[in-house]
Amino acid sequence: MNRRAPATISPSEITPEAVFHDRRRILAALGATAIAVAGPSASSQAPAASTGRPPRSPPRYTRNTRWSSTEPPTAYEHVTSYNNFYEFGLDKPDPKANAQRFRTDPWSVEIGGEAELSGRFALEDLLAPHALEERIYRLRCVEAWSMVVPWLGLPLGDLLRRFKPTSKAKYVEFTTLLDPKQMPGQRARVLDWPYVEGLRIDEAMHPLALLVVGVYGQWLPNQNGAPLRLIVPWKYGFKSIKSIVRIRFTEKQPQTSWSRSAPDEYGFYANVNPAVHHPRWSQAKERRIGTGLLATRSDTLPFNGYAAEVASLYRGMDLRRHF
Amino acid sequence: MRVEQRYRLIYKPLVWLGALLPLALLLGRGFGLAGGSLGADPAEEILRTCGKTALNLLLLTLAVTPLRRLLQAPQLLRLRRLLGLFAFFYAVLHLLAYAVLELQFDWPVLGEDIVKRPYITLGFVAVLLLAALAATSTQRAMRRLGRRWQRLHWAIYPAALLGVWHFWWQVKADIRQPALYAAILTALLGWRLWWKRRAALTSTSGSSTTPGRT
Ligand code: HEM
Repeated sequence: MNRRAPATISPSEITPEAVFHDRRRILAALGATAIAVAGPSASSQAPAASTGRPPRSPPRYTRNTRWSSTEPPTAYEHVTSYNNFYEFGLDKPDPKANAQRFRTDPWSVEIGGEAELSGRFALEDLLAPHALEERIYRLRCVEAWSMVVPWLGLPLGDLLRRFKPTSKAKYVEFTTLLDPKQMPGQRARVLDWPYVEGLRIDEAMHPLALLVVGVYGQWLPNQNGAPLRLIVPWKYGFKSIKSIVRIRFTEKQPQTSWSRSAPDEYGFYANVNPAVHHPRWSQAKERRIGTGLLATRSDTLPFNGYAAEVASLYRGMDLRRHF
Repeated sequence: MRVEQRYRLIYKPLVWLGALLPLALLLGRGFGLAGGSLGADPAEEILRTCGKTALNLLLLTLAVTPLRRLLQAPQLLRLRRLLGLFAFFYAVLHLLAYAVLELQFDWPVLGEDIVKRPYITLGFVAVLLLAALAATSTQRAMRRLGRRWQRLHWAIYPAALLGVWHFWWQVKADIRQPALYAAILTALLGWRLWWKRRAALTSTSGSSTTPGRT
């Protein structure tokens, strides 16, 4: 079994052994055409590289220009050293310093809830049927800074649909690994660990929502949420949960970590919105990381500039109330 | 060397050096000296460093009186004004960093922040108090104000309180650091209350060794 199963999962939630051993059959049922990864391959036994991943071949991918920004990407150096990943410390450089020996292989993800198919799957099996694509997205943090990042991933909806969510699946809940031994930030109760995030099912199925495994043409560095993270480019960065071990389809709206910690400051939706200020600072403008001390602040755009694609998801909703 | 000289030639220059060190380090990193840098978000780094240094110096200023008693070194008082002025200096740099680097001279937004965002209101009041103290810190002002000078300079307590409160309120999740500052401030103020009470008690019991007289 997975050595690093989150300690908080109650026994009733743990996938029965049989289901686990049956995962290849399930994957076949999921329509996985290329379950080429047979058993623990030689590479997964190899010592981890400094990125935490075994020295496996670099990712193969195609560029998706339709969904990509044409703005100049933020330097790799900044993307991988200026991180909010509280599991590895609270200051921006902490994750890079503290996540180097984080083990991301083997990695498995438990998928369940209101869906016809469920189980715990090795990451490589989960990814096998999907082609990876590069998309250059804007990233807007709730702290009023922003970046432009070339992510590598697959449309979240493509993966979710394989599990045949039922009509009761109104939301999708994501959970980060809980492992205080490896994640020093979890030893302090800064947030109620493990980190939980969620999306409405139609948000999750939107073609812009991306499950990410790489950045800048390489597998994700640990500090960026390896080996599997979410990127929802029209929402504040904290929605884009890192190091995912569990995905559940739910009928009720998930209790997300930040909205539990400070409900008046962080809502469930957290769509980028220059008109709705954080109680303690304005969201009207943003500092683009890496553009220098005196670079002009740019205006923050509704839905982080993706309004044409996603605004229709929220038609009729009061976005001041549902912030 | 006489005490007077020791302070003029050694201790005060040391305070100058120590107090200017954080600024020198910021400048050094800003200009990339010795491979340093201000990181991916230099405006934030400058803002935070100045805020933190202002508060550090403010607490250090408040620590002078207890230290004088504990170390039985009444001359330490000669350093207090300098420390207080440097605290004000960094508070002004902190405010400037916010107005210039973060808001880029957007004065209406600064005004709005001061009015609408309680933690900034607190910081602003603290800066005003420190400005009043700095403006009346000269020997001349001291002589002119007489007894009122003491009362006015009591304002360092609310200024420190507002500074710590402001620090606490801007935190996103981890309150451990501001809690530490609050604990230090409480200890410094608590010591004063305790000292006053002791002084009052010993003077009513008829003792001639009034602790206040050092
Ligand atoms: C008008 C006056 C002031 C303004 C506009 C102001 C503004 C700010 C802002 C925007 C932050 C948040 C930085 C962030 O989000 O990272 C901050 C943090 C802080 N401020 Fe102020 N401030 C003022 C006065 C003061 C004063 C008087 C003090 C101390 C005596 C102070 C000490 C601090 C400290 C310690 C922090 C936290 C730094 C950190 O996170 O390491 N501020 N201030």
